[in-house]
Amino acid sequence: MRHLLRRISFYLVALWASVTVNFLVPHLAPGDPAQVFMSRMRGHASPQMLRALEASLGVSHDPLLVQYGQYLNNLLHGNLGVSIIYSFEPVTKVLGQDLPWTLVLVGMSLVMSFVIGTILGVIVVWRRGSLSDAFFTPFFAFISAIPYFWLALVLLYVLGSQLNWFPLHGGYDADTVEPGWNFDFIMSAAQYSVLPALTIVIGSISGWMLGMRNAMITTLSEDYVLMAEAKGLKQGRIMYMYAARNAILPNITAFALSLGFVVSGSLLTEIVFSYPGIGLATLQAVNSHDYALLQGAFLVISVAVLVANFLADFLYTLLDPRVRLGGQ
Amino acid sequence: MDIHVDTPESTKAPSPAMQRQLEIWRIFIRNRKASIGMIVVGIFVFFALFGPLMIRQDPHTFTIDVLQSPSGSHWFGTTNFGEDVLVQTVIGARLSVFMGLGIGLITTIISVLVGLTAGYFLGWVDEMLSLLTNVFLVLPTLPLAILLAAFLPNKGPFAIGFILMITGWSWGARVLRSQTLSLRNRDCVEASRASGESIWRLIFYEILPNQTAIVAAQFFGTVTYVILAETALEYLGLGDITAPTWGNMLFSASTNSALLRGAWWWFLPPGLCIALLGAALTFVNFGIDEIANPRLRAESRGVRRLFKKFQV
Repeated sequence: MRHLLRRISFYLVALWASVTVNFLVPHLAPGDPAQVFMSRMRGHASPQMLRALEASLGVSHDPLLVQYGQYLNNLLHGNLGVSIIYSFEPVTKVLGQDLPWTLVLVGMSLVMSFVIGTILGVIVVWRRGSLSDAFFTPFFAFISAIPYFWLALVLLYVLGSQLNWFPLHGGYDADTVEPGWNFDFIMSAAQYSVLPALTIVIGSISGWMLGMRNAMITTLSEDYVLMAEAKGLKQGRIMYMYAARNAILPNITAFALSLGFVVSGSLLTEIVFSYPGIGLATLQAVNSHDYALLQGAFLVISVAVLVANFLADFLYTLLDPRVRLGGQ
Repeated sequence: MDIHVDTPESTKAPSPAMQRQLEIWRIFIRNRKASIGMIVVGIFVFFALFGPLMIRQDPHTFTIDVLQSPSGSHWFGTTNFGEDVLVQTVIGARLSVFMGLGIGLITTIISVLVGLTAGYFLGWVDEMLSLLTNVFLVLPTLPLAILLAAFLPNKGPFAIGFILMITGWSWGARVLRSQTLSLRNRDCVEASRASGESIWRLIFYEILPNQTAIVAAQFFGTVTYVILAETALEYLGLGDITAPTWGNMLFSASTNSALLRGAWWWFLPPGLCIALLGAALTFVNFGIDEIANPRLRAESRGVRRLFKKFQV
């Protein structure tokens, strides 16, 4: 319990840090959103317009600390400002539409790659010394070094553009189906998500596989494995009940720590496939200097990563009695 | 602790310290993964150094050979401005490789400083530094880099380097801190402490040399991260757009819809180079892992004993 409280307070500090970074970076940079918007009007705007624009974009000339207070207050009321490119709609509304796409895509592919990767790690260790270790380990090392977006480009080119197996971009077939809880839409969305999901799975799988491999090898030389062997237990039982169960603990920590990387990779994947999630919103925000949307996207992503980290931490505490009882 | 048998060769051999280094080097070379990785990295460094000297051509020379597939005159084909993709790839190696190595080195130094300081001093210094490290560890790196890059007024190599440094140091610092924690009470460190060595000498002459393998692994890992993140930023158009790098090649390939035009030769070479270089760096790291952690070596008896049984 003490451990959990410590972790919760840490995540609160991390949350505060990401909120503060999100506030500070735009305010320390020169220029403000209203000026950027005005400069795009090429001077065809009056001072009154500038003032109106500042008001609607929430630009103020108060001292930094006062603005910080206002920013925190706005956050607490769920107000993230308005997005320029989405015709001044609230950022929360824009991101609220994008978030489910990202959550479903990234969440499902993450779980898939973690499960498959971990199992592969066990199998590779099992057949150590044979071809699979000589081939798989270098192969996965190569895969792990491929940039996500490039992998996405190649998959898009081969499976989408050349073979025509999968649609090229978007989240669903906007011409034929209506978004909603109906069968056609879900099937269309599933079809459109195959390539992005495949990219994320291929891109992240090697991390779990190699991590599991190393943890397994270390665990296999432990005394209790030797003991199990001496007792004459079946090899499969030793592998899964003795070695893998203990080796998976460091892999769960690795899962939590590399979440940030995978989320980063999925952002790029979304961008390549024009998948209507947070990543695409981030790109649009960057391209059109929509600062409120960019800040909102960063906030949503960092909160999501923090929550996922916390869940992994919680799971770890449940699984490992040493951590659970450490405080006593 | 080394026991030397005086053989005729070793009479004029260098000091024991030198010999130990030679021995480490020999293990390193004998390790297949490490040496393959080093060779590939070496080839890239060679091209980064001498490539621009061999190809004396501006990578942005426009010609009338527009969007041609690979042929005898343009081995890697051309872009839709008629630029030669091979020239761009070779010239691009310089910035991409050296940015990676340089920023990787500085980032690793920061990790070493933070990690060793936190691990050695403990107390409130450690509390503060660890908190900072852990916070940076859970902040998603690329989104943070995008946020910083979007707001930075100038996007030269220094600005990008600064961003990658800020987002890349925390992982190494954490690993090195925990390693320092386990080393700080070793006998050799205790002995130097008792003999009145200064704290900085203790940290950098007694503790740091014992972590060479981990620092090296961190360095290669960070270089991989830097190259990948730099490419990603440039791909999004957040880098220095005029610089001839692999990331910018991918950026211009995607903004000119190379994919829809079927110009695979435009985006294949830079991505393949990045993947190859990254894989080579990862390989070096595997090698270092195996050298530093004998359990991972194929020769490890404990594992072999078990696996012999599986293979019958």
